[in-house]
Amino acid sequence: MIWQLDQFVLLLVVICAVAVITVRDLLSAAVIFGVYSFLMCLLWAKMGAVDVAFTEATVGAGISTVLFIAAIFRTTRRSKD
Amino acid sequence: MKLLQERAKGRPAGDSLIIRTSVRLLVPFIQLYGLYVIVHGHYSPGGGFQGGVVLGASFILLALAYDLKTSLRYMSEGANVLLGNAGVLIFIGIAVLCALLGGLFLDYAALARLIPMAAEEWRSFGIFLVELGVGLTVMSSMVSLFWDLASGGDMEEGL
Repeated sequence: MIWQLDQFVLLLVVICAVAVITVRDLLSAAVIFGVYSFLMCLLWAKMGAVDVAFTEATVGAGISTVLFIAAIFRTTRRSKD
Repeated sequence: MKLLQERAKGRPAGDSLIIRTSVRLLVPFIQLYGLYVIVHGHYSPGGGFQGGVVLGASFILLALAYDLKTSLRYMSEGANVLLGNAGVLIFIGIAVLCALLGGLFLDYAALARLIPMAAEEWRSFGIFLVELGVGLTVMSSMVSLFWDLASGGDMEEGL
């Protein structure tokens, strides 16, 4: 991979990681976490760990995002206390 | 045209004909891909875990695009539990069979006493059998994780 592209993806990973823990909305956090997982998948594939990249893409970006959204679906928007 | 608009109004929000049709067309290919990943797991990237997740994701996609009841019609709760337990039984069964036939635990070369093949061939074929078990179990756990989380455990309705 071209190193400029590599640095760009790394920068996006850091931005996504910070955004996940600072954003207020849970649904946004789940979606940004999916983006983070997919960028990590790109980095794994670039480093030659295709098996890890495959797992990251299926579990990290696919199933865990759906499970997070299913859990958020059970919550209410405003807390009652 | 009028009829289509009326039918669209009756549906709950987020329900779309395009999503339903494309999911119905996609699901068989996703399942075929999952099987491909499991079967080719021992000499290319992939394997039991990833293939099982892809297989489970196809049922989750069905539940997302239609509803929980539809996915339960294609894959009943009992069949899901049965497949998951069969996967564990395949894994442990082959491992114990190897030990009983005089080899070590998970030593596939010992299976050559049952079906005569070269030891190297059995090592390649044995890992495929074990990964089949892993794939079945992972598929079952992923699907039941989603069902229980989305419906709150009662399998009535969710997402």
